[in-house]
Amino acid sequence: MNADRQTVLEIKNLRKDFGELEVLKGVDATIKKGDVMVVIGPSGSGKSTFLRCVNRLEQPTGGQILFEDQDICSSNNDINKLRQKMGMVFQQFHLFNNLTVLENITLGPTKVRKLKPAEAQEQAMQLLDTVGLREKASIYPSQLSGGQKQRIAIVRALAMKPDVMLFDEPTSSLDPEMVGEVLSVMKDLAESGMTMLVVTHEMGFARHVATRVVFMDDGLIVEEGSPEEIFNHPKRLRTKDFLSKISTAF
Amino acid sequence: MKSIEIFSEYYKYFLRGTRATVVISLITVIFGSILGCILALMRLSKNKPANTFARMYIAVIRGTPLLVQLYIVFFQLDFISYPKMTLLGLDLERTLPCIIALSINSSAYVAELVRAGIQAVDIGQSEAARSIGMSEAQTMWNVVLPQAIKNILPAIGNEFITMIKETSVIQYLGVADLMYNNGIVITSTYNPLPSYYITATIYLLLNLVMGRGVTLFERRLQKNER
Ligand SMILES: Nc1ncnc2c1ncn2[C@@H]1O[C@H](COP(=O)(O)OP(=O)(O)O)[C@@H](O)[C@H]1O
Ligand SMILES: [Mg+2]
Repeated sequence: MNADRQTVLEIKNLRKDFGELEVLKGVDATIKKGDVMVVIGPSGSGKSTFLRCVNRLEQPTGGQILFEDQDICSSNNDINKLRQKMGMVFQQFHLFNNLTVLENITLGPTKVRKLKPAEAQEQAMQLLDTVGLREKASIYPSQLSGGQKQRIAIVRALAMKPDVMLFDEPTSSLDPEMVGEVLSVMKDLAESGMTMLVVTHEMGFARHVATRVVFMDDGLIVEEGSPEEIFNHPKRLRTKDFLSKISTAF
Repeated sequence: MKSIEIFSEYYKYFLRGTRATVVISLITVIFGSILGCILALMRLSKNKPANTFARMYIAVIRGTPLLVQLYIVFFQLDFISYPKMTLLGLDLERTLPCIIALSINSSAYVAELVRAGIQAVDIGQSEAARSIGMSEAQTMWNVVLPQAIKNILPAIGNEFITMIKETSVIQYLGVADLMYNNGIVITSTYNPLPSYYITATIYLLLNLVMGRGVTLFERRLQKNER
């Protein structure tokens, strides 16, 4: 059924060292249009590094990343152009502190997509409506709660009309009562057909929203499958170990 | 009190000198800041020649005495025909090379202040900007510099305060600043100590007032963030 869907990201033998430290040791992954791929794995296994290589916030040491058939590391391709189509949401939100909520959302569309300010603002207000934060448009990030910041960070990325969204532990620095509001925005996004690559420890989200789950350990993808396969019938010992550890932790 | 007597008789000299010192310091800091920002951006850029040049420039200026730099600029640039006129009682032929030398000196210090201010901005801010496809320059201009300026402006204010003291070396080139006028008063009173007390007091007052100004300004910047 998914053979004819367009491939959005093709990652081949991706390697990344930090000096002596080998963090990614040959990661392969294919993400097709509409996929929601959730990456799980222990802390330090290289999940963030993997995500950051995908939009080249980290320079890969080896291997290849094709985004819509374009090599992101090739000097023929303008990385700034490619990044416009890859939204990223960070664990620490990273809203622009010097700008209001509305300006945070319109900065990219006006400076990069060259939209007219009025057009960008109208689009931003519509997006704010979808996350229920229209009334926050004119305030500064420091006045928002963590959950509000993260919903706005998602909106900021969506304002660029990306083809894929990368999430790096988007709920890990939130107070527990705010996790739900962010996950629900992500769930809506998945249901609208957005292609997503999500690193998270929220197993409920992985189980119910992911189309594919990837277990990563020590710089390698150990196991990949549907949520049903990974959570109910894990094949590899390391996957079983990890899942049993986190299920006792919660 | 000898100092008060001398001040009431010669106050014109002290005030004229103070004006010159403040004006020269201000002009120096303005030019020094412009030059310093350019140097800081060169220092932070990935362009090898620009980076190396800025690195060397900063090392040389910070590693040699201001007075030596002053004489080198004065003699090295003697081919320039400065305007032969006086402004605010200052002989431009002597004052302009001093301002050039002081600005060069100040720029190296400002460059390091600007660099520190830029680096103090959370790297996540620029990563977020780059992740929506903004170029390095767009990121610097729209996201990093507006936040860095809050760290930089108070530091530049302090540089101005430092300059007020540092400029006293220009008396050696015959520029009529506060120290130079202090010298004039001493030659006519034959009594150095009271004059030095007066001059010290003026420098101190300038510093206290400017320091207070910088503190208030800093507080306003912090408030604006919210
Ligand atoms: N910029 C960096 N420099 C050096 N080591 C790094 C850097 N970023 C990550 N690492 C190291 O790479 C390993 C994997 O980190 P990370 O990708 O953040 O793991 P995860 O997100 O799965 O917790 C860790 O050992 C971490 O210390
Ligand atoms: Mg991580």
